[in-house]
Amino acid sequence: MKTRKALDPDKRSERVSWALVTPLTLVLGFFLLAPIATIVTVSFWGYNEWSFYPDFTFDNYLFHLTSAVTWATYLKTLKFVVLTWVFCAVIGFTVAYFLAFHVQSLPVQIALFLVCTIPFWTSNIIRMISWIPFLGRNGLANSALISLGVTDEPLEWLLYSDFAVVLAFVHLYALFMVVPIFNTMMRIDKSLVEAARDAGATGFQILMNVIIPLTKPGIMIGSIFVVTLVMGDVITVRHMSGGQSASVGRIISNEISLLQYPAAAASSVVLLVTVLLMIGIMMRFVNIRKEL
Amino acid sequence: MNKTAPAGKIQDLELVATTKRYGDTVAVKAINHTFRAGTYSCLLGPSGCGKSSTLRMIAGHEHVSDGDILLGHANITDLPPAARGTAMMFQSYALFPHISVVDNVAFSQKMKGVAKDVRRKKAMELLELVDMSAYAERLPAQLSGGQQQRVALARALITEPSVLLLDEPLSALDPFLRIRMRSELKRLQRELGISFIHVTHSQDEALALADDIIVMNNGLIEQAGGPREVFNAPKTEFVARFIGGHNVLATPAGPVALRADRLALSRQSGAISATVREVEYLGSTVNVGLTADGAGDLTAALTDAAYFADPIEIGATVFLTWKPEDAHSLAA
Repeated sequence: MKTRKALDPDKRSERVSWALVTPLTLVLGFFLLAPIATIVTVSFWGYNEWSFYPDFTFDNYLFHLTSAVTWATYLKTLKFVVLTWVFCAVIGFTVAYFLAFHVQSLPVQIALFLVCTIPFWTSNIIRMISWIPFLGRNGLANSALISLGVTDEPLEWLLYSDFAVVLAFVHLYALFMVVPIFNTMMRIDKSLVEAARDAGATGFQILMNVIIPLTKPGIMIGSIFVVTLVMGDVITVRHMSGGQSASVGRIISNEISLLQYPAAAASSVVLLVTVLLMIGIMMRFVNIRKEL
Repeated sequence: MNKTAPAGKIQDLELVATTKRYGDTVAVKAINHTFRAGTYSCLLGPSGCGKSSTLRMIAGHEHVSDGDILLGHANITDLPPAARGTAMMFQSYALFPHISVVDNVAFSQKMKGVAKDVRRKKAMELLELVDMSAYAERLPAQLSGGQQQRVALARALITEPSVLLLDEPLSALDPFLRIRMRSELKRLQRELGISFIHVTHSQDEALALADDIIVMNNGLIEQAGGPREVFNAPKTEFVARFIGGHNVLATPAGPVALRADRLALSRQSGAISATVREVEYLGSTVNVGLTADGAGDLTAALTDAAYFADPIEIGATVFLTWKPEDAHSLAA
């Protein structure tokens, strides 16, 4: 009769470790790495009006990177990124600061925090579209302004403008800034604030010398969310600008609708590299590792 | 070494009917006390007795509900923390984790707008004082608990306070380090000549450090005085029990406190008889737990020599005697 040899504990724990990482590796490999590899491969393929075919050509990249439209679109997208980031950061920091430092009782903190998330119970698109009747030529905003006598005729720039795009972005993504900043702030020992006050710091000095430096990792995590979301946006810019502004995501989706898959793949790779570079630069400023 | 605070500035700190209310609960009930200039005082009491609230009111981190706090002739009740001439050392030290040790110490100077090299030089002097100058460029997280405490001390002292407030400064340290830091705190206080007010729940700490012990309970001062006075002659039953080493005996004239080491045991005769319940060997002393007839549980602390000359076994009946002057009657 054969007896099974008992595994020694080291080997056993090694096998358990492999078994534990396998599912995540498979999921990431299948749903993240494989698609990216496919996109990178296809980006070097050739295409004409009716087909695309395996090849190894840099034409897609050359065309994409030398086109004035690409550069103008990237500039425009960057402008949206910067504006959205500034507003989200200011709003996110203020809201988180209020929740973490002004609200004293934990139940109230949790309740107010949940209130912040209520808008997220509906979909992105619905929240975006709902701005249209509000901001439109005869919308609530304009009729209110006219009846208050602030303006005589409806403001044209409220809807289908850069203003509308940034407004929608801020509305959609401010919470992505609030959550990580709030999370970081809640970990700040309140006695640090007292120690600073004991040392004669004014409220503003405490903010600049204690709270903001200690909140940096949270600000950075929120910034990464906002920057990636705005960079990769496909629909908000189109709907809120009324088709007047392009975004990088729109370029890609146009190319896909024209069945120019290799061109779309090349544009996607450029966008991916750009976003990764931006995140890389941001990570250089703040060490977020201890936050994770 | 530079003395940090000029000696002429040290003044008495006086609490006048100082009261702290949180909603309907009164944490500190109109207490009066004068902390003499240049002394080491310990606020001693169990948790929730109001000692921390008192300290935080003195520091200006807690609003005073009623009454006043005077430093010398100045009423500092409503002054901001940094304008009172006090400095606080926090229980968890509250060092800023994102800046180096020397910048932590120089923080208050930076807030005042002192130039970088001037404030760093001053901070280095203070680090010298607490023997931490070798660690100036480290971050707080790279220091041990005892080292963090020295930095916190230096940071509090750089403001040249005339009163240093310490909130349970030794409670986060291990027992060995606690005793070392204890003697160092006392040495610093002697050298600087400023007043230290130290909150603690440890009797040993208070007895070892304090020139004055203020025992608090339920928001009131039960007894204030020198350590020998408080230990030898507790005024209330609470103090006798909290300070430890005492028996509280019910006598016809009211309760009396009797130090455990002043009780003598005899096999023949005495004031009251008792049964030996337990015997605890503590090295230089032996604690004999007794169940006395009509007086409840008592403890007699015998020297090891006295105990082992005639070891008493558990269950034996003994008689207790004491000198009349050792019995201190307590306020009922």
